[in-house]
Amino acid sequence: MADNQRTPLYDFHVAQGAKMVPFAGYDMPVQYPLGVMKEHLHTRAAAGLFDVSHMGQVILAGPDVAEALEALVPVSVIGIEAGRQRYGIFTNQDGGILDDLMIANTGENLFLVVNAACKVDDIAHLRAHLPDTITVTEITDRALLALQGPSAQTALERIVPEVSDMRFMDSRAFDVDGSQWWISRSGYTGEDGFEISLPAGEAVDLAERLVAMEEVEPIGLGARDSLRLEAGLCLYGHDIDTTTSPVEGNIAWAIQKVRRNGGARAGGFPGAQRILAELDSKPTRIRVGLLPEGRAPMREGVVLFESETAQTPIGTVTSGGFGPTVGAPVAMGYVPTRFAAEGTALWGEVRGKRLPLHVAPLPFHPANYKR
Amino acid sequence: MTIDTKYTEEHEWLRVEDDLIVVGITEHAATQLGDIVFIELPEEGTVVSKDDEVVVIESVKAASDILAPLDGEIMEVNEVLVNEPSKINDDPMGEAWFFKMKIEDMSALNDYMDEAAYNKHIG
Repeated sequence: MADNQRTPLYDFHVAQGAKMVPFAGYDMPVQYPLGVMKEHLHTRAAAGLFDVSHMGQVILAGPDVAEALEALVPVSVIGIEAGRQRYGIFTNQDGGILDDLMIANTGENLFLVVNAACKVDDIAHLRAHLPDTITVTEITDRALLALQGPSAQTALERIVPEVSDMRFMDSRAFDVDGSQWWISRSGYTGEDGFEISLPAGEAVDLAERLVAMEEVEPIGLGARDSLRLEAGLCLYGHDIDTTTSPVEGNIAWAIQKVRRNGGARAGGFPGAQRILAELDSKPTRIRVGLLPEGRAPMREGVVLFESETAQTPIGTVTSGGFGPTVGAPVAMGYVPTRFAAEGTALWGEVRGKRLPLHVAPLPFHPANYKR
Repeated sequence: MTIDTKYTEEHEWLRVEDDLIVVGITEHAATQLGDIVFIELPEEGTVVSKDDEVVVIESVKAASDILAPLDGEIMEVNEVLVNEPSKINDDPMGEAWFFKMKIEDMSALNDYMDEAAYNKHIG
């Protein structure tokens, strides 16, 4: 534990009674005294506060920075208007995924948020491949908090009244008592909510003010995972990685038309040949939602079969567990495209036993974004 | 002869009820596991040996095996838990017992900890 880094909220978590665990090189709260189930349900019913300060915050600046970044992501970065953000992915030469990220256009530069476990590699990748005219600055003096749930706006507008004007995927800078807070209306739970980047020294005060509100409870990594799973959102390193293309990962929606065949800026990103071909035909396998029929959770690594007796596996669960809002186990995994139709009956092997499940639409719980 | 509740190092409790041993998990274990969402119980009539994996429980976090504390036969299982596994968090030491087993030699219970020793064990 001694080697792990701490976020600016470490002492806050401990004071809140969190159980701390190592995660991506940081000591992070996995749960608070409320417990994973109640934390999950509270976020869906009111508002949950998450510390995501372990994630990488990066500023890209320089001439034609949006155009430059398009060389590394299959996303229309040029198409992100000032004050907006968009989901993106870094691809590799094989068409696999190096990381997924958020890209915001601040009006002056680009603000990226990348996964904690990938941030060192991502920054090296950016520095290696962007032109020298673009500066890559890792922001290490700011915390990042997420406030998620139907009461997130009610809670945050007591502190920053202007957030009520924001809609889903807006990203704006606010002057709060003389300091800059960068707030986006986004998150990783399927709920309405905000992600707030602010100076590290102000993070504890904001967290304490928020959890003092009746609507807000602190939420750990345990419920963060079950919330994003019900929302059908990918966890990098599990549901998507260097071996999965964005089309296989069922996140082709992140590739705008302008970057596809026939578009004005088609291709021009790593792995374009494979990814564009998969967009035009079909990948051989694809990530789908999976609903176990019994009560037994099917977790990451459960092997999938087309029948109760078939010898050859057809796929694997990449994320799975109990969905507290669904009230049943939920999972995601890869299956050959011919087994991907909604309702397809499959079997998963749990502790040596074949148990029935079927392909189900994602998300398991409908998104509640303020569009 | 009356025997008080006994405890195993694997955080099970054992209680004598008539000629059977009732087995469940401790409050400490239930708290550590977190919200329990699934339980798989053995068939009644199963003959088990000490340390056989007889029950699987899954919390929101992970799966855990519960071992048979003694040689014997499973006589009754608490089927209610299958549809309401959250009862294990609500009342682990009481209503949410897992199974009742018949053992040959009740004196084998004396190898296990009493409440004071168990409380010391969990620190």
